[in-house]
Formats: sequence, C-alpha cells, structure tokens
Amino acid sequence: MNLRKYLVLAGVSVFAPVGDSLLSYGMKQVGNISLGDFSTLLLAITNPWVGLGIVLLLGFFASYMTALSWADLTYVLPASSLGYVLLAFIARFALHERVSVTRWLGIALVSSGVGFVTSGPEVSRRPPPRARNDAAMEPS
Amino acid sequence: MIRHAISNLNGWLSILAIVLASSAGDVLLSRAMKQIGDLGLLRARRGLIFVGLLVLRNRYFLIGVGCMAVAFYSLLFGLSWNDVSLIGPAAASLTFVANAIAARIFLHEHVDHRRWAAALLVGAGVVLMAL
Repeated sequence: MNLRKYLVLAGVSVFAPVGDSLLSYGMKQVGNISLGDFSTLLLAITNPWVGLGIVLLLGFFASYMTALSWADLTYVLPASSLGYVLLAFIARFALHERVSVTRWLGIALVSSGVGFVTSGPEVSRRPPPRARNDAAMEPS
Repeated sequence: MIRHAISNLNGWLSILAIVLASSAGDVLLSRAMKQIGDLGLLRARRGLIFVGLLVLRNRYFLIGVGCMAVAFYSLLFGLSWNDVSLIGPAAASLTFVANAIAARIFLHEHVDHRRWAAALLVGAGVVLMAL
C-alpha cells in the first residue's frame, strides 16, 4: 500500500456517505414514492440535491473501480466502510435524523470489522497477466 | 401505525433488492477490473481515454453497471420511505456479507479467518442497527 492507494480508499469512504446523504435530503423533498409511480422515481434525479448526490456517487464509482483494479473485493468493501461512521454523523448533525444508541453501537461494530480486515493484505491471489488482457482488449 | 409498518416493510424490501443487485454488480465489476489491471498505472502509461475505452468495452463492467443501476433505484425507493442512517448502513453491510460469500464462490478469493471475522462483526452491527 502506498499514498496513492490510501487516497483512493479515502475517496471511496468519503464520496459514498456524502452522496447518500445528499440523495436522502433530496428524496425527502421529492416525497414518498409508491412502486406503481415509476415515472416520479425516474424524475427524482431532476431534484438538485439528488443531482449533486449523483455527481458525488460518480466520484465514488471512479475511486471504487480504481481500488478494485489492484485489491480484492473482500478487502475494498470493508476497508472503505469507515464512511458509515461519517454517514451517522451527517445523519445526526446535518439531516437531524434521530440516531439511537443501539444504532451507534451497530456502527461501532461495523467499524471494528473494518479494522480487522484492513490489518491483512489487500490481495489474496495474483490477478491474471495484464499484458494478455491489454492485447485482447486493445481499442481500435 | 399502519403507515409506519408499510414504511418499515418498504424499507426492508428495498434493502433486500439493494443487497442482491449490488452484490451481483460488485462481483461483476471486480472481475472486470481484475481483467483490465491497475487503472492508475494504465492511465499513467496509456492515458485516460485509453483506460476509459478499455473499461467501457468490458462486458462484465457493462452488466455490473446494469446491476448497480437496479441497486441505485432501489436505494432511491428505500430512502423515500425510511431514514438514511438505517437504509445506508444496513444495505451496505449486508452487501458486504453477501459479497464475502460471492467473492469466495465466483472470484475464488481467499477469504481467511480475518475476513470472515470482519463479516460476522459487520453482520452483528447490522442486527443492532435494525433493533
């Protein structure tokens, strides 16, 4: 692991909870949507908060793809789970949602799981040779 | 009372949909990225456009993105019925447990005791969050 890889994991951790929170704020403005009201669900992305949330989630996606290109899925997911702690703080202090003591304990357990898995190696097996795939997937 | 029950039911149904679609998407995206190689190194060597084309032409990536789109709209549906502090962590944590199983089966990753312990801790955390 080097600084570049830690920054990529930090991007995965931060972009996802902030993006989710903006989506939540926007969807509260849009209101409850029933299963039969699919058009409203599609139009929800025109809400500016939902739109901004989507932009941040695109940043998350780019960081996530980069991390998956050099680390195991079972490493990347928990390693980037520290964002849940950030999500709880955002929900409590920015969105003014009620976060109970039990939920805080749950979030603490999730964070412990993160600490557990990040103390191990990021790759458990070698990926296939890159040169072979480069040749096979060369854009024309 | 009834509205609260419907809200909870819709919230958990959306969590189930997110977990299934998201796990399938994660496994497919991981397979795609492993095929392509380190994106940071490739971008430095061949440029951003080359990397973009390489990613967009990978069929696992395209199907994975489709699964993620289903998960995303399930998330929007869930957020319109319940709090982000429940939907977000519960869906993502259950996805983490499902991914540990899927990664072992479909990606042949070595999920050692450390990673299984992490899965159990996260699972317990989800139960607490749902109480």
